[in-house]
Parts: sequence; structure tokens; C-alpha cells
Amino acid sequence: MKLVILDYGVGNIKSIQFAFNRLGVSAVLSNDVEEIKTADKIIFPGVGEASSAMNKLRSVGLVEVIKQLKQPVLGICLGMQLMCAKTEEGNTNGLGIFDVTVKRFSNKVKVPQMGWNTITNLESKLFDGISDKEYMYLVHSYYVEENERSIAITDYEFFYASAIQKDNFYGVQFHPEKSGKSGERILQNFLNL
Amino acid sequence: MLTKRIIPCLDIKNGRTVKGVNFVNLIDAGDPVALAKQYAEIGADELVFLDISATLEERKTMLEMVLKVAAQVNIPFTVGGGISTVEDVDALLHCGADKVSINSSAIKRPELVNELSQKFGSQCVVVAIDAKQVNGKWCVHLAGGTIPTHLELFDWAKEVERRGAGEILFTSMDHDGTKVGFANEALAKLTALVNIPIIASGGAGTVKHFVDTFIKGKSDAALAASVFHFGEIKITDLKKELRNNNIEVRL
Repeated sequence: MKLVILDYGVGNIKSIQFAFNRLGVSAVLSNDVEEIKTADKIIFPGVGEASSAMNKLRSVGLVEVIKQLKQPVLGICLGMQLMCAKTEEGNTNGLGIFDVTVKRFSNKVKVPQMGWNTITNLESKLFDGISDKEYMYLVHSYYVEENERSIAITDYEFFYASAIQKDNFYGVQFHPEKSGKSGERILQNFLNL
Repeated sequence: MLTKRIIPCLDIKNGRTVKGVNFVNLIDAGDPVALAKQYAEIGADELVFLDISATLEERKTMLEMVLKVAAQVNIPFTVGGGISTVEDVDALLHCGADKVSINSSAIKRPELVNELSQKFGSQCVVVAIDAKQVNGKWCVHLAGGTIPTHLELFDWAKEVERRGAGEILFTSMDHDGTKVGFANEALAKLTALVNIPIIASGGAGTVKHFVDTFIKGKSDAALAASVFHFGEIKITDLKKELRNNNIEVRL
């Protein structure tokens, strides 16, 4: 199995690589188009600010490449948000794989949401063996609204989509690589898809 | 619901934990990686590693430690102590740290907070504030609480939030080491004043103190060292008691 973690110059991707190592799988960090196209599974990571991340994605020429992938792709945190049509962060256009807008939490709650929260209404093989209301680690200021592609929701200010899926594209707002054993199970499930 | 977090803090010198730690039967209680794994197993929500190294040579071993922790531990962790440049932070994040905590360097050059949050995102920038009451005012101190500054806690907290801090770790020097409970009045005031998460630190002695800091202090997380390291409070028992008090925790 060839697992590629998209390396386009953002954030802490080492943690994701380490998490797969713990599962006995070595992941390749790459921004090489051929390497990505020939991968069996792809992780689309992201932390930081949306517009600069999109710019980096553009500068390494990955925008169209990602959209056309047919193998399972897992967007994590900002990676998930960038797969959406648009985000309020830096008023940025995303990849448009999911036809939803990413919005900012209001100041009625602390922003960023930081810590462990539950995921519920689980509807995907990604969550095999994960019980309803399992805790996941999240750090984010922007969220994806609940929509027809939701495969998990989480309550912070209101219920929002903490995981989404369309065809081969999966997105999770939480960090499975930092969510203890349950998070590792989700990564294993992704490998098993 | 977002849960309240319990955060053990480990002091590190030359890549090793200092102060005795004896809450579990570890062969090498000075090994931060083994300790961190153990804490992750028993339900700690996050970890903080505070580098108290005095020399540059000792500090270099910190990066190696961070790399090992990131490889083996599956919960988030923050690294603090002696961080003063964008390059320092870049190196730590590249080794797998999730967040960094800055203190004196932010006081000396507040723009550092802006630079870090712009480059790496607010989510990984924790500003640690050490303060104690002087003539009825919360006076911010630097260099591990040894040097008083002209800054006042609440003004400084507002400022670091405005500059892009993602979280504030507030240590009351009046409470630190006393085991009389957290500085809940100041903590509640902080939460009312800023809209980023607040970690309470200093004063943990009993389970009740944690209950109080979440209810009265409105803290988002509570950090402690010795009560956990010496097994005086077991994290699972603590979380059960918090839940009995209707405080949302990950159990």
C-alpha cells in the first residue's frame, strides 16, 4: 500500500506520519504529481490560515490534481475545509469538491474551539468500531455547516459537520492523529477502505 | 459538548524530566517519553513540557525529545521554555510539537505573538502569563516569575489575544506550590474578558480544587504537576469526580 501525505508547506504533518508509523504503515511526504497520482491513499493535511494554504497549494500545482483524484483522500482539519467551495477565512475559494461554505464561530463561544468534543450521527465505514459520542481532539475557529454530505456532527455553539464524505473524498475536522486510540482506529479504517 | 481538559506539566532539563515522578512503576521515571505515554494511557487530555534547561547545549536535546514524544504519544502536547524566535518555533513544530508556549519573550517583544500566529496560526500559540498580586493588582512577572514588569494581568491578556494568541496559560505565583486551590477569581475575570481558552495553573492540591476552577474559575483547562506526578490525585478518579459534578470531561 502506498500512502502519500500531501506536503505543500503547511503545518505539522510529522504527527500524521508518526501516527501511521504507529499503525505499522510508512507514509511518504510528497508534492510530486506522479507520486500522488499513483498513491493508493492520500492524506490532505492542513493547519494554519486558509488563504495562504490555498496559495501554497496553487504554487506547487496541486489544485487540479487533488480534484481529479479517484483514490480515497482524507482531508484533515484545514485540509477538510479547503475541499469546500469557499471559506470565510481570508475570503478564500477552496477546491469546491464539497458545495458548502466554511464559516467562523461567533463570539458567543470561545474561538478557537480547542480540546476534546464528541462526534455523533456517525455514518461511514471510516467510523467502524467507533462508538457514538466518541471523543476527538479539535482545534479550529471555522466550521463546516451540517449538510447532506455530513458523516459526523459535533456540538459547539450548534451542531456542525465534523466529518464529511463525497465519493472518494473524506474530510474530518478533528485530528485523528492526536485523538488517542479512537483516532488511530479511524486512520486504520481509512487504510482499510 | 467541548470537555474541560486536564493537563499534566513535565519539567524538562537536558532532555530528562526533573523532580521526582513516582505515580507509576516506571523503570526510568526520568524518561519523558515513557512518562508521556503513561499519562496518555491514563486519560490526560494534553501534556505540557516545560524546558528549564540553562544552557544552549541542554536546550538542543529538547528537539530530540520532542521528536520522540511526537513519534510515540497520541495526544496533543505543548512545549514551552526559552522560546524566543520564529525559528525556535519552526523547529519545534517540525519535530511534531502541536503548540508552543511563550512567556518572557512575548513580554520583551510583543510582536512575536503576531509573527507566530500569522506564520503558524493562532491554534499553536499559547501565551503563558505568570502573575502575582502586588498592592491589589495582578502584576505580570518574567523570567520564571523572578522579575516584576509594569504589565497588569488583564491588560496583558487582552493584548496577547488581540495579537493573535490562541490560548492563555495563567499561573498565579501566589498560589503556585501552595496546594490551596487555583486563583479562581482572577481566572473567572480573565474568561469574561477574553474570548480564547484559559488554562488555570498554580495551586492544585485536591480534587475539589479542580471542580472549583472549572465551576467558579470558569477555566477551560487545568494544569498541574506534582499532584499528578506523585500520584496524590489519579486522573481517572479526578475525571469521575468532575463528571459527578456535572463537568463535561473525556472519560
